[in-house]
Amino acid sequence: MPKTALQFRHNGRDAAIFVDGGMSLLAALRDEVGDFSPKFGCGQGGCGACTVLVDGEPVVSCITLAESVAGKSIETADGLKSGPELHPLQTAFMENFAAQCGYCTPGMLMAAKALLDRNPAPSRVEVVEAISGNICRCTGYEPIINAILAAAARGAERRA
Amino acid sequence: MLELRKDLFADERDDNLKEIGKPTQRQDMLGHVTATSTYFNDHKLQAALHLKVLRSAHSHARIRRVELSEAERHPGVRRIIRGADVPHNLNTLLSLINFGNDDEPTLAVDKVRYKGEPIVAVVADSEREAFEALAKIRVDYEPLPTVFDVEEATKPGAPVVNETYPKNTFTYHDIYDHQKLRFGDVERGFAAADHILEQRYQMSPIEHASTETNGSIAAPDTNGRYVVYTSTQALFFSLDTCAKILDVPSNKLHFIGGTVGGGFGGKVDTVTEPLAILGAMLTGRPVRYMIGREEEMLYCAPRGAERIFIKDGVSRDGRILARKFRCLFDSGAYTRLSSYAAVKCAAHLPGPYTIPNVYADVYCVFTNRVPATAMRGFGVTAVDFAIECQMDKLANLVGMDPMEFRILNAYRDGDMKAHRREAKNTALIECVQVAAEKAKWLIRDDFKRMSSRKDGGGARAAAPPTPREPIFVNRPAGQQRTVYDRPAPPPSEPAQPQPPPPAPPAAAPSHGAIRFSSVFGARRR
Repeated sequence: MPKTALQFRHNGRDAAIFVDGGMSLLAALRDEVGDFSPKFGCGQGGCGACTVLVDGEPVVSCITLAESVAGKSIETADGLKSGPELHPLQTAFMENFAAQCGYCTPGMLMAAKALLDRNPAPSRVEVVEAISGNICRCTGYEPIINAILAAAARGAERRA
Repeated sequence: MLELRKDLFADERDDNLKEIGKPTQRQDMLGHVTATSTYFNDHKLQAALHLKVLRSAHSHARIRRVELSEAERHPGVRRIIRGADVPHNLNTLLSLINFGNDDEPTLAVDKVRYKGEPIVAVVADSEREAFEALAKIRVDYEPLPTVFDVEEATKPGAPVVNETYPKNTFTYHDIYDHQKLRFGDVERGFAAADHILEQRYQMSPIEHASTETNGSIAAPDTNGRYVVYTSTQALFFSLDTCAKILDVPSNKLHFIGGTVGGGFGGKVDTVTEPLAILGAMLTGRPVRYMIGREEEMLYCAPRGAERIFIKDGVSRDGRILARKFRCLFDSGAYTRLSSYAAVKCAAHLPGPYTIPNVYADVYCVFTNRVPATAMRGFGVTAVDFAIECQMDKLANLVGMDPMEFRILNAYRDGDMKAHRREAKNTALIECVQVAAEKAKWLIRDDFKRMSSRKDGGGARAAAPPTPREPIFVNRPAGQQRTVYDRPAPPPSEPAQPQPPPPAPPAAAPSHGAIRFSSVFGARRR
């Protein structure tokens, strides 16, 4: 099958891969780029485990065509840290027990990052809405919501 | 917020405990938040192949013919696996602890017993080519009568789901078709009761829906072994199951797992590993078998659905005098772990209450549904649901507060439980009292003063006389008897000579007391 050359930014670095026609962004990231941080949960855009940011917007990468991100900037949970420093969301997730099995966590983090980048001081309702496309079967969501609110509060402290 | 109530059972406490009430970070949390925790599918192996299975389109059918020639010619197909390729194509999970008979093939050969049962596995270069090849397989089915209802399945003349158990009920200890509990005389209890309440409770199957689906990757290792990355919840259990199915010594298999994307009981059935390893054996290449979400939801094991009938007799002053219980546990087409669920169900009765007369029959029933498996307290949670609904209804019937009604009937230290074990360290009364306090639910002072450690034992410590039921050999086993209240005698020798049983009954006592286990029968500890 003929493959298409594809270039995009991946966590701030250039990525160049070959993809099959119809290949999902999730498969391209995992199998071709070698970034295993987005997870396969359903392949139907229903669970959010594969959430990544495309030019800052959260998308479910399992139903996003790889070819559609040519020239765009992709952020995944693997790129959240800067050096050894954890992102405030990662610290807040740790402190608030916001992960149990950990499989939904990369998608949750990216959905939360998209929210805080756009709205640094969200209300609880806005947090709930932002992660409403992400299914977690372990935690019951409350610790995750608390973690995102804690990360937002810490960001406000730093800005003050 | 966590609140430690040190006033309760203060004299039983060891206050050197330092961990409870103090947060401790999980060791895997850093991996989770940095997305570096390695799940089974986060391994990239050179030239890995992909395995997918063809699933039955019928709930119950004979397989007349399977036409593979077109699929075999499909580009990218490396190997097609049939039941005949599986070295030991019949297994039951708990055979590892010598419990139950092998009843489930890895790939169905002569007939299918539930919709979605695997028949053929295709190993191909890509997932897409595997799916395309599956679409080219033709199976000629002869549909058979189906049964989806546990009561229908146990009626005479019902379609036989699984020939290993022709009566559609699991066989315990080679003779009994159910788990039985007898304590006192329920009929006398009902005769003395002022109210009788008979109810039926029907549970639903529940899908675990863990965010990661079941799957595994098997690869030939450099030392003649096979390395297996797997989502299993039960690593060594799965390893031994694969060793049996594939007829290899277990030291040929190296299982790597432990990081599981949610399980809740749905990842103990070892459904993907045997085929992934067999695929790797037959092709000499790494083979990945990941179950898709749709397959997982439709055809992978859910929590089994129980049908529960409870009949209670209660006196005007709120004492439960008798509880009769019948449960039909829907195992689906194969046993998996449902035989054990029925044991747990019987062991849980009659709930945390002291009831002088208890009677229970619990059946593990086969139907043409997807096989059920473990899930978070399976066999027990449904019983509690039914019992606690029943408790509310009984309280209403006698005009009592439901909290006080539970305190009145709660077991206390020193009481004899229906299993003829003394109740120890009971705490239901205190739990209800604290729950009432937290919910600002008013209970009367004399109920607030009651204690699990007062007024138990005495007359409540006696096992009541229990009528013996006649034993009919070779009769429908609804009339057979399991002895719980004394060590089971060694089985009498059959008349005709027979090969020695796999697990011979205990020999002359050397040490320890014989104890009866619902799973193993009589054994010495």
